[in-house]
Parts: sequence; C-alpha cells; structure tokens
Amino acid sequence: MIDLLDFARGPALQVSIGIFVLGVTWRLIRLALMPKAVIPSAPREHSVPLFMGGIHEIFRKMLPNKTFAKRTMFSFINGWVFHLGLLIVVLGLGAHIMFIKHLTGLSWPNLPSNLVFLVAVITLMSLVAALVHRLTSPVLRLISTADDYFTWFVTTLPIVTGLAATMHLGARYELLLAAHILSICLFLIWFPFGKLMHSFLVFATRGKTGMEMARRGVKL
Amino acid sequence: MAKLYQNMFEASVPQALTLGEQLAQKGVSRRSILKFSSYVAAIMALPPSAASAMAESLAKTRRQSVIWLSFQECTGCTESITRSFSPTLEDLIFDFISLDYSETLMDVSGLAAEAARKQAMEENKGKYILVVEGSIPLKDGGVYSTSAGETNLEVLKDSAKDALAIIAVGSCATFGGIPAALPNPTGAVGVDKIIKDKPIINVSGCPPIPEVMTGTISYILSMGKLPDLDALGRPLAFYGETIHDRCYRRPFYEKGLFAKSFDDEAARKGHCLYEVGCKGPTTYNACATLKWNGGLTFPIQSGHGCLGCSEPDFWDKGSFYQPLSTHKGDLEKMVVGGAAIGATAGVTSAVVMRSRRAKAIKTAQKQAEIKVQKDSAAEDQSAQGGQHD
Repeated sequence: MIDLLDFARGPALQVSIGIFVLGVTWRLIRLALMPKAVIPSAPREHSVPLFMGGIHEIFRKMLPNKTFAKRTMFSFINGWVFHLGLLIVVLGLGAHIMFIKHLTGLSWPNLPSNLVFLVAVITLMSLVAALVHRLTSPVLRLISTADDYFTWFVTTLPIVTGLAATMHLGARYELLLAAHILSICLFLIWFPFGKLMHSFLVFATRGKTGMEMARRGVKL
Repeated sequence: MAKLYQNMFEASVPQALTLGEQLAQKGVSRRSILKFSSYVAAIMALPPSAASAMAESLAKTRRQSVIWLSFQECTGCTESITRSFSPTLEDLIFDFISLDYSETLMDVSGLAAEAARKQAMEENKGKYILVVEGSIPLKDGGVYSTSAGETNLEVLKDSAKDALAIIAVGSCATFGGIPAALPNPTGAVGVDKIIKDKPIINVSGCPPIPEVMTGTISYILSMGKLPDLDALGRPLAFYGETIHDRCYRRPFYEKGLFAKSFDDEAARKGHCLYEVGCKGPTTYNACATLKWNGGLTFPIQSGHGCLGCSEPDFWDKGSFYQPLSTHKGDLEKMVVGGAAIGATAGVTSAVVMRSRRAKAIKTAQKQAEIKVQKDSAAEDQSAQGGQHD
C-alpha cells in the first residue's frame, strides 16, 4: 500500500518533473526556432551596438524608473524582497540542497535553518503584500488575468506548506511533508505554461527589447 | 528458566485466588505491586494517582491467561521481550500472567503443546489474551507457514474466536512486516486484516521496545481495558510522538547542522542524521524516550539513523540512507523522456509556425499582386474612359 508521502516523493514528483522538463523544452525550442519578424525599417545611424543595448536594458529594468520612482517604489522593493527570499529559501535550506544533490549531484553548504525560516516568513508576507497591492490597485486589477492569480497561488503554497512542515504545525510531519512536495509538484506542472516561465525568459526578453530599442535609436 | 517452565505448567491449572492473595502467599508485598504499577503508570504517562488505582485493581484480579502464537517471523520480538528490564518478562510471567502457550518458550512440543493451547482456550473462554508474533500468509490457502498441520490462518481464526483481546507484537503481526515486503510472495498480512470482531492492539516495531510490549500487557492487566490507541491501533502512550520530536539531536536539525556521512566530524559531534537517511521525523515510537537495553541507548544515539521500523511498509519506502526530502524512484527516464517529447513538440510547432508564416506571406504577396493588377486595370480603364470623353 502506498501512502501519501510515498506518492508525493515517487509518482507525483516523477510526473511533475517530466511535465516541467517537457514544457520548458517545448517553449524554449519553439521560441528559439520562431521565424524572425520582418522589420522593414533600416537601423538608425550612430545608435549603440545592439548587444550593448540589450545588456543595458537588462540592468535598467532592475532599477526603478526615475520618472515613476515614487509610484512604483512599493512594487520595486517588494518584488526584490520576494524574489530574493524565494532564492534564499530554495537554495539555502539543507533539506532542499539534499533534494537538489540527489537529483543533480550538485551541492553547497546550507544556511542555518532558523535563518531560512525567517526569510521564508518575510517572503510569505511579501507575497501577501503583492497580492493585496494587485487587488487594491485599480490599474493592476484591470490588467490582471487568471494566470497572475494562479501563478501567485502556486508560488505561495509551497512557502506555506514548507513552513508548516519544518515547524511541524497543524498536522503530522509526514502529511505536512507530503503536502509540501505535492505543492511543489503543482508549481512544476504550472511553471512552463504560465507566467512562472519568466524565470527562464526574463533576461532574454528584456535583452531582446533592449536590442530592438537600440536598433531603432531609442534613448533609454 | 526451570522456574519459568514450572510456572507455565502451574499456570494451566485454574486459579481460584486473586492475584493479590497469590502474591501474598509467595511473599510478594503490596508495596512491590505498587512499585510495579508506578513504573507502568510512569512509562505510559499516566497521572501519579493512576498507580495506586492500578495496584488496587491488580491485587483484585486473577492471573491472566495468555496464549502467544508465532507465525511468519524471526523470533526477534520474543528475543526482545525477554530483554525487558522493567517490568521484566519474568515479572509478568511469574507474577501477573499465565503464559499458557508459547512455541518458543515452552518445552513441550507436538500434540502436547497443541493440547495445552486447546486446554487454555477452553478453560479461559472469552477471557484470555492472544498475543500474535509474525505475519499471516494468505496466498495459496496460507500453505507457506504451518504448525501441527494447520495453517497460521486456521490457528489464528481458531484462537481468536474466544479471545478477550489480541495484541499483535512486532511489525510483521501488525502490518505484515518484512514477509509482506514487495513482491510479498506469500501474501503476508497483519492480524487486523483478518480478525475484525475483536479488540486488537498493535505494538509495532522490528522488534518493538521490550518495555512497550510488557507495559502494554501490564496496562491491560491492571486497568482492565485497552489503552488509548492511535489511527494504526497502537498505544498512544508509546506511539504518540515521533522519534524526531524527542530526539536529543533535534537542536542540530533546527540549526541546519547535518552529518554528511556516518563517520565525519559532524557525526562525531552528534549532528542530525537527517541527511544520511534518518526516518525519525516520520516514525512514531518511544525509542528516543524509553530507549533500549534498560534505557541505555537507541539507534540514533549509537550513530545510525532511524529505519522507521514501527511504520507500515518500512521495508519498501526506498533506501534507508536516502533523506526524506529527496525523490523516490527513477527520475532520469522522466527527464529524458520529457526533454525528448518537449524538443519534438518545440521543433514541430516551430515548423508549423514557419510554414504558416510562409503561407501567409505567399497569400499576402498574391493578394498584393492581385491588388496591383486590379489597380492598374482600374487605372487603364479610367484612362481609356478619359480618352472616350
């Protein structure tokens, strides 16, 4: 008889990682082989080299826009907080490194678990703040789609279940660990098909935009 | 041992005296019963007042008939219980129970042994406790384990029908154990998969902690009822918390300090064994509190991770040396298969996109040509119209 934890660690992870790899490979190859757009206009003279334009745009987007700095400061800071928080939680906790090591053979020293818990709590608060901001801002609410909300849900759920599992809160550990792994499975399955794919595409798309701007002689 | 055997034979004779009277005749004081009750109450986390109530109840009871059946097992559970420090098996057998049948401990064999079981069942109908050690094979009519010409299944059903309660000791009797490990060639199962109409207490472990076995038996004897049980039918007093919850290495887990191998510096410093596969976080047992060998040590204290032997199917839960947070099974096939299908889908969709685009460009060019032709025809027509005018 297979219990929930066995199911989560076994078939559920196998299928979700399979779907993740399939989806990401499909999207990246499709994007790489996409026919190039026909641009009839000629490049502007004396514009910056295209590659430099791309690099410039990647870094420019990492800082707040001067004109809108005041209005976008919350999104800017909060965005950095939960992205860095997720990175620290995923790559810093001992149990996660064990999972990655078992999967890929790669490992590195882990951070103290209590520090990772603290970062996870801050990340969770930041994600909740991001949702509240999205729901209360008329413009953001207007442009938000089901993809945005579901992406938020599948990102937040592993943080909640992970905190519960490591703190042994609310249920037996094996159930909490199974719930955490299953929430990761949901995240992996949704990853290639929703906005989470920006993890792979963010620098490529920003770089491409920067190159296009440079070609057109747009000064940013 | 001679005394033990003698006691066993005496035990098959019906007793008229209460346990208190019997023990008084043997020179065992009330204080000794109270001491015994206090220990049982303490290990089962009962309030101090329960000890005197248990002692009172014990003194009034009669010696409890116990029939111990051995099925598909390694005798490890019997080995374990004979090493109980307090209450010792001798305490139990000499003072509190009448072990009327045990293939391992009795010296008679063959028909005489079977007759002893039948006699005990007859004389204590509806009152005896049945202890089962080992799993029961069901495949092919249960032919894979028999004694005295009867299958384990037949012996269990026959012995259980008039039992007061059943105690399944060891992971084999409770969940099928190692005999039920995949592919389970004998169709082995635990007692509660067969007997449905009797109270069953599962005392799991491979083997169970001796004091958990003797403590459970003592509780039933003294309190005259079953202890509180968890969802798997195990006494909550012993199986209510995980080994991880009570492990002395737990602070290292909280700090994220893990041993990377069994003999590294971290292991010698007593760091957590989670990374070398310890199953303490998912294993419910009293190893970290009662410990083994009279409270001397337990596996984690000796430097080895918990195997999770008191949990169902512990043998089939992947490697003992693989951390709980890692995946089980073969992922390579899924990754390679996923990448291959993904690449094919990516190339196919790119080809489709390119061909659609080429088609669209062709159509657009054609339409443009037609438009040019139409426009020039219209121009010609209007030029000709102008000439006519």
